[in-house]
Amino acid sequence: MGKPRVATTSLCGCFGCHMSLLDIDERILSLVELVDFDRSPINDIKELSGPVDIGLVEGGCANEENVKVLQEFREHCRVLISVGDCAINGGIPAMRNMVPLRECFREAFLDGPTVVNPAGKIPDDEEIPLLLDRVYPCHEVVKVEYHLPGCPPSADTLWEALNALLEGRSLELPYELIKYD
Amino acid sequence: MGATREEVVKVICQDYGNDRSRLLDIARDVREQLGCVDSPAVDCIAEVLSIPRVEIESLVSFYSFLYSEPQGQVQIRICNDVPDMMKGADRIASELEEELGIQVGETTPDGKFSLEYASCIGLSDQAPSALVNDLMVPRLGAGTARRGVQILKERGELKELDKLLIRDYGDGNNAHDLVRSACSNNIRKAGEVILAEMRRGAGLEKALAMSPVEVIREIKTSRLRGRGGAGFPTGMKWEFTRAADGDRRYLVCNADEGEPGTFKDRVILTERPDLLFEGMTIGGYAIGAEDGLVYLRAEYAYLREFLEHALAKRRELGLLGENVCGKEGFHFDIRIQMGAGAYICGEETALISSCEGLRGDPKNRPPFPAQHGYLGKPTSVNNVETLCCVARILQRGSGWFSAIGSPGSTGTKLLSISGDCMRPGVYEVPFGIRLSEVFAMCDAQDPMAAQVGGPSGKMVGEADFDRTICFDDLATGGSLMVFGRDRDVLEIASQFMQFFVHESCGYCTPCRVGNVLLKERLDKILGGHGQPTDLEYLQRLGESIKMASRCGLGQTSPNPVLSTLESFRSAYEERIRDADDVEESGFDLQSALSTAQTLTGRKSVHFED
Repeated sequence: MGKPRVATTSLCGCFGCHMSLLDIDERILSLVELVDFDRSPINDIKELSGPVDIGLVEGGCANEENVKVLQEFREHCRVLISVGDCAINGGIPAMRNMVPLRECFREAFLDGPTVVNPAGKIPDDEEIPLLLDRVYPCHEVVKVEYHLPGCPPSADTLWEALNALLEGRSLELPYELIKYD
Repeated sequence: MGATREEVVKVICQDYGNDRSRLLDIARDVREQLGCVDSPAVDCIAEVLSIPRVEIESLVSFYSFLYSEPQGQVQIRICNDVPDMMKGADRIASELEEELGIQVGETTPDGKFSLEYASCIGLSDQAPSALVNDLMVPRLGAGTARRGVQILKERGELKELDKLLIRDYGDGNNAHDLVRSACSNNIRKAGEVILAEMRRGAGLEKALAMSPVEVIREIKTSRLRGRGGAGFPTGMKWEFTRAADGDRRYLVCNADEGEPGTFKDRVILTERPDLLFEGMTIGGYAIGAEDGLVYLRAEYAYLREFLEHALAKRRELGLLGENVCGKEGFHFDIRIQMGAGAYICGEETALISSCEGLRGDPKNRPPFPAQHGYLGKPTSVNNVETLCCVARILQRGSGWFSAIGSPGSTGTKLLSISGDCMRPGVYEVPFGIRLSEVFAMCDAQDPMAAQVGGPSGKMVGEADFDRTICFDDLATGGSLMVFGRDRDVLEIASQFMQFFVHESCGYCTPCRVGNVLLKERLDKILGGHGQPTDLEYLQRLGESIKMASRCGLGQTSPNPVLSTLESFRSAYEERIRDADDVEESGFDLQSALSTAQTLTGRKSVHFED
């Protein structure tokens, strides 16, 4: 039996949750003793290699690529965790949900005060993923087993959650770790 | 040349003594005379009354009968409550959309017509129906709405709509010169308390022969409870109001019946206005008030002139005014306060806010209105039907009254019955009547469910048909909707939730946000994407909203979901998908991407099919 495999990804997030994961500091040495990392921005592996035990997802789904990646994670991960407020609620990117997509595009590419776009064309390059009509939290796109709230969840929260999951015990977060003001 | 905007506003404000507490009336009049309360009109009002703009703007944005932008000369509001939708209100809407070339919510470019939905205009027994300006247009058949609009289109002058749109007036006082309405009373069963005849003054004279304390004792002995729904003992409410400190007291009649499916107050106001005014006068005497207010819902504006006339008649007869009925020192008069279209104003503290010229936001309790009500003075707010009971109790005695009905719920109750039955309309029945008896009375064949008490009440199924209508079992403010076998209870619950989402005043988060979430999750199940965990989610969220909301709206708004979860759980379970079906989330990629595909003119590269 190999070590449990962990994959992480950032969809429509700011990588703040991943930064928070790095904030576990020297405990990262213990972590690599405990698990093997599959696809993750931390090791720069770009594709999932096969079945994974735990998938950590930062950010919500704002475009088609986010959906694609999330679905791949769902397919390969035994347990999927939404990490942070963007994955759970859509977060800051979801502020655009109040504005129809058509108006977002107009402001960003056509009419905005700082826009220079003489051709008056909305970018259509295939490299730019198509935006969804609104930003979706992950659990509205695929089934998600756990939610770890916070913006970002603190390093201690992430550390506690991972360890609880790996040791098969129930997660108990002290009040200080889930209080945000 | 007509008067300038400034002049018009100035005159209107003067009519109300430049009194800030009459802002709702001022805004209503401005809307009527200038077409809308736009930004320059707001400036004018703010200047004349010396109040900040924002107070006027927040008022205008709150009420659905006030507008900050010009509306069509003819405003068509199609009633979209559940009984109306069952009878094809949506077909009427699309017929009119086609005829007018606009969508619901829009105004024609020539400024002649606006089209919108209204929550419930009080004609559920004559569905589908619409409100055209102040004119009630019941029983819209296929093609009649379209023909009506065609007639109006041909006319240059859009005055006296009733002559153009209405062929026959309804029964009773609906045909009265000051009403001239096509509404029918549909009184199917008249009882002895509310719908029996009564001579003007018969109850009042007896009351004035007693002391106010004796009147209150008489009401307490009758065990009369408020007919609005909550069922608070009227005598006790009056005792509290009388005992509270204050140099003035007020008696307010709640004629804002907005609970979808309720229309019995419309019938009382049409046929027994004197009984109501008599009850109010007795109430004024009992609590020591000199001023009575009738808060009349905007949808019933067509009754205003008729009611004013009835009040004038009573003044003439000495039944209102100074030294009422010759009783030295007892002065009492009644003013009609028009509402402006807000369900929440049926809640008593919101109603008081509205009377004070504010947004219809509920107030914190305590202090209760009995201590700190209208303009900060002790106030008793009573339902139309309750006050009618009062007049009758004084006329015929508390012993007579309490012998009717059941021990905990004395007297009769007016039911407004609509939906799948052959004889919808108003029934005056003794409390304690079984639901099955009600079905037999209104000729409901093989009903599957009944919504007792409107959306905020309870949806009950066959297992509950032997239960009784009274405060201790199935309580209702009057609304009773019958649903046949071919109806979808989840669909109905979803429509009720839409109603609450629309009517939430937005003050507390559990109600403003929670109701939206409830509806979304319910619609997910309706769309066939429900998972077993969704049922628990609905239950928990519903309970949270009830527990954490400040007023009656939020405390009852999850009922459509919670009561169907209880009575019709199988309707949910049939639609739930297998728990292992993890792929299924209800996410619709195609529709999520379609706008971006249109805007960029290209297809998805990540998802090719």
